[in-house]
Amino acid sequence: MISLAGRDILHGWGKFVLTGVGLGLLIGVTLSMAGVYRGMVDDAQALLDNSGADLWVVQKDTLGPYAEPSSLNEDTERPIRAMAGVDRAAGVTYLTMQIAHEGSDVRVMVVGAEVALPGEPGQPPHLLAGRRIVHGHYEAVADVKTGFAIGDRVKVRRNTYRIVGLTSRMVSSGGDPMLFLSLKDAQDAQFDKDSDAIVRQRARTASSPVLNPPGYPAVAEAVNAAQATSNNVNAVLVTVKRGADADQVAAAIRRWQRVTVYTRADMESILIDKMIANSARQIGMFLVILAIVSAAIVAFIIYTMTIGKIREIAVLKLIGTRNRTIAGMILQQALGLGLIGFAVGKIAASFWAPFFPKYVLLLPADSLRGFFVVMGICTLASLLAIHAAIKVDPAEAIGG
Amino acid sequence: MKMPFSLGPFTLNRRTWMLVAVLVPLLLLFAWVAFRFGPLAPVRVTAVTVEERAIAPALFGIGTVEARYTQRIGPTAPGRVASLAVDVGNRVVAGQLIAVIDPIDLDQRIAAASGSAGRSAALEQAATSQIADAGARLALARNEADRGEALFRGGWLTRAALDQRRQALAAAQAGLATAQANRSAAALDRGRTGAERAALVEQKANLRLVAPRAGLVVRRLSEPGTTVVAGQAVIEVVDPAELWINARFDQTRAAGLVAGLPARIVLRSQADRGLGGKILRVEPVADPVTEEVLAKVSFDKAIGEPPIGELAEVTIALPARSKALAVPNAAIYRVGGKLGVWAIREGDLEFVPVRLGVEDADGWVQVLDGLTKGDRIVLHSARPLSTGSNISIVDKLP
Repeated sequence: MISLAGRDILHGWGKFVLTGVGLGLLIGVTLSMAGVYRGMVDDAQALLDNSGADLWVVQKDTLGPYAEPSSLNEDTERPIRAMAGVDRAAGVTYLTMQIAHEGSDVRVMVVGAEVALPGEPGQPPHLLAGRRIVHGHYEAVADVKTGFAIGDRVKVRRNTYRIVGLTSRMVSSGGDPMLFLSLKDAQDAQFDKDSDAIVRQRARTASSPVLNPPGYPAVAEAVNAAQATSNNVNAVLVTVKRGADADQVAAAIRRWQRVTVYTRADMESILIDKMIANSARQIGMFLVILAIVSAAIVAFIIYTMTIGKIREIAVLKLIGTRNRTIAGMILQQALGLGLIGFAVGKIAASFWAPFFPKYVLLLPADSLRGFFVVMGICTLASLLAIHAAIKVDPAEAIGG
Repeated sequence: MKMPFSLGPFTLNRRTWMLVAVLVPLLLLFAWVAFRFGPLAPVRVTAVTVEERAIAPALFGIGTVEARYTQRIGPTAPGRVASLAVDVGNRVVAGQLIAVIDPIDLDQRIAAASGSAGRSAALEQAATSQIADAGARLALARNEADRGEALFRGGWLTRAALDQRRQALAAAQAGLATAQANRSAAALDRGRTGAERAALVEQKANLRLVAPRAGLVVRRLSEPGTTVVAGQAVIEVVDPAELWINARFDQTRAAGLVAGLPARIVLRSQADRGLGGKILRVEPVADPVTEEVLAKVSFDKAIGEPPIGELAEVTIALPARSKALAVPNAAIYRVGGKLGVWAIREGDLEFVPVRLGVEDADGWVQVLDGLTKGDRIVLHSARPLSTGSNISIVDKLP
């Protein structure tokens, strides 16, 4: 036996399904917006996860290395390595820059990490293709979002690097894909000036009587040499030994090395509460408005669908159908519409999510929540329609 | 008026089927999407079988081309560059004049020294004459004294007169000694002034800068008219036949670096052309700041015009080890602070800690223990893995 709602749906099934699909696309947009928000937060989390660190040692009193510039001497890691509770420590550099590739610009975050052993802090934890960096120089591992392929040659500042491996989900907090180099190469990329700047600097040195005193030709050479080298890093990533308390190790490093140290929780608060707070709130606000608009549209659709059938409902009333049956029909149709809409929305969101330039994370929990919200909105919307249907005068069935 | 609900069996069936035809694929698609996208989806991985391979480890360093012998030629005393005889790119032979430093007052000082030497010779001549004069006086005094002695014995002379003659003899002897001493002093003075003049002449010769050995002029550091300090280089000459690379190797990857190993050199200007070479010596002192081992790498063949200062990449192939278990380095993961691989055992993942040996230039790394031949392990993965990860093995990522 088929229900009244089912029969009505069958009668105008094409219209019903198309309405559901339209609704679904709207739900898909809302789900995607939630995914964009989650993706933003996840980008920040991924940055911390992928660095593989428990502690971030940065220049004193800075929010580095992601939120503020920070610069430390490379050998800061050595005394830290010797401290109790520290498992490994490695210097790392981060530099966001544009790289020209095949006629277009790619915005990447250049990461310099120790490459001596796989899995040192700062290295990509997994690879999609290719191999890890073996040569100490001129090799790079790129995130697949950069669009680089294995064997490509990319120019970073003064040198050309060969892509030997690809990885995924290695992004900066702003969503820029990462390009991993060996630490020494990345230091060159970050601190070496271009040739013109070096030539101009030399000329400035030569014209200064303080830096180039007459009769002491060696002074200017020494000044030039001192200006051309840098062994700085942006942060030292530290992993703690199993069983050691990260907070205690952080406190010890802070106390004895006179540097600023952040734990994972500190870093999350810097990235999520400080760096992406505004843009996340922006997306969140938009999500709320979109949800309200979607709810209103669902309500109008169901209401107009019911109003469009008002004569048929009057006929039903005329032949003595109970109000409960009519109310049930409208509610079932609304829920049916919601179900189709949710399914289409979920499918659409899943299919178009990968095409977003930044990461879109569709959480099953969000989908589940979305499902209940859609069903709730459909129920609420049907109440309005039911109210209109109950109030209809059976006489309308035979009138005009 | 149109009936709201069609009850005809055909219509119902047809419409039902059509609705089903739309809804069922939609549901299937939904289920597929739910399990293939997002966190519930299995992690796509590629797998590789552990096999035995002969690993030929390679070391990779960079360095700059340097001349083994560099002569920085300059004056030994401050002066002004008068003229330069060579320019950058000229070849010079040993002893060839390179530059002249302006002597300024040196010639006048040599003339003054010559005058001093002549005066010393004249003084010596005068001293010689004085000796002759003193000798004549002495001979006369001696004759007078001898005669006085004989007359005194005959009683013809008083004692007082004899004493006078004896005193005259002693004075004449002293006068000769004085004249002889004067002559020695004059002779020594002549030697001193001569040496002074010779020193100035030598200094003048040093103002002519000559090539100490054959080579190529690579730098002209001062132009005529420039004042240079003692020891400041004016011209730099290198031996273009003797070039080497001052190469730096990362300390963590420098094990096995010894003199005599063959090297492949790629100059930055000739990236597509490899040159042969070998390690000449490994420096006993490493760079503690950059954490690099330093080595000198020589070229097998002369490379023509020297690209001194040019960046070069040096790859050292170490002798191949005997066959041993090896895996690509992309398969090595660090989990819980331990290095290991994800072994696929009956479709499930198991993290197996391994001990690693040497690595070659293609990223193959020796596994010393932890795995057996034929083990299937995860090579690449679309996401980081954990023990509970649901995986699907694919041929290729991404």
